[in-house]
Amino acid sequence: MGGILTMADVEAGQTLPGKTVHIERATLVQYAGASLDRNPIHWDERFAKKVGLPDVIAHGMFTMGSAVTAVTEWAGDAGRVVEYSVRFTKPVVVPYEGGADIVVEGVVKSVDSEAKRATVELTATSGGEKVLGRAVAVVRLD
Amino acid sequence: MPVNEAFVGREYPPTPPYAVGSAKIREFAEAVDSTDPVHVDGAAARAAGYRDVIAPPTFAVLIAQQCDAQLVTDPEAGIDYSRVVHGEQKFVHHRPLTAGDDVVGVLHVDSVRAAGGHAMVTTRTELSVQGEPVCTAVSTLVIRGDE
Repeated sequence: MGGILTMADVEAGQTLPGKTVHIERATLVQYAGASLDRNPIHWDERFAKKVGLPDVIAHGMFTMGSAVTAVTEWAGDAGRVVEYSVRFTKPVVVPYEGGADIVVEGVVKSVDSEAKRATVELTATSGGEKVLGRAVAVVRLD
Repeated sequence: MPVNEAFVGREYPPTPPYAVGSAKIREFAEAVDSTDPVHVDGAAARAAGYRDVIAPPTFAVLIAQQCDAQLVTDPEAGIDYSRVVHGEQKFVHHRPLTAGDDVVGVLHVDSVRAAGGHAMVTTRTELSVQGEPVCTAVSTLVIRGDE
C-alpha cells in the first residue's frame, strides 16, 4: 500500500483504483459465519427459490462491506472511513456455477480542506445492474 | 398485520456489552476481503495510532443487528421477519471499533412508514464504549407487503 493519503494527494474528480469482487457460494457461507447473519436465502438455493428469489443472493452487508475495501485500500488505512452509507437497490444473484462478480468504482466528489475529509461516491454493479445506490464514504485524510 | 406505528420514538434499554475480539475482527475482515494489516497485526495497528487491531467499517452491523432483534422479534411490533429486506444502511464512526472494546448498544426506532404496499422501518443504534460514543448505525428495513 502507498501509505496514508494526505490532503495534497486528493482532489475532486479523481477516480479510485476500482476492484472486482468475485463471489462464490463459499464466500457467502464464510460471510454468514463471520457476520452471524445466517439467513438461508444466502446459502440455500431451494429455500431462496421457495421464497420467490431467482437463486441464492449475496448478503447486502457483504456487498456493502466488500465494496468499501476499494476506499480503504485507496486511503491506506481501514480506520479512515468516518461515514459510509448505501441503499440496496438490487440483489446480487450468486449461481452455483461460476458465482458472480461485483465491479466497484469510485470517484472523489468533494474535499473539505477545513475538516480534512474527502467524500467518495462508489458505484457497484453485478451483471450490469446497479446493486448499490447512493453509496457514499467519507474518509479522514492526513 | 401492519407494522405498529406506536413504536416510533421508542428507545430500548442498553444491551449487555458486546466484547470486540481480535479473532472475530480477523474473521470478518477476511470475509469481506479487507486485507489491511491493521485488522490482524497488533504492531501495524499500533503504528497506525490504534490501541490494538481495528474492525472494518461495516463490522458494527454485527452488533447493530443484535440490537435490531429487540424490535424485529417483538410480536407487538408486527414485523414478519420472513418478509424483511435490508433497504439502506449507514454508519457514522467516531473512532474504529477496536479489539478489547466492550460495546453497549441503545436501539431507537426513528420511523415507521408505508410505501407502495410495503412498510419501512428505520432504526438507529448508538454504540458506545464506557459511555464514549463510538458509532451510530442507521438501518432501514423494508417489510414486503402481501404480493
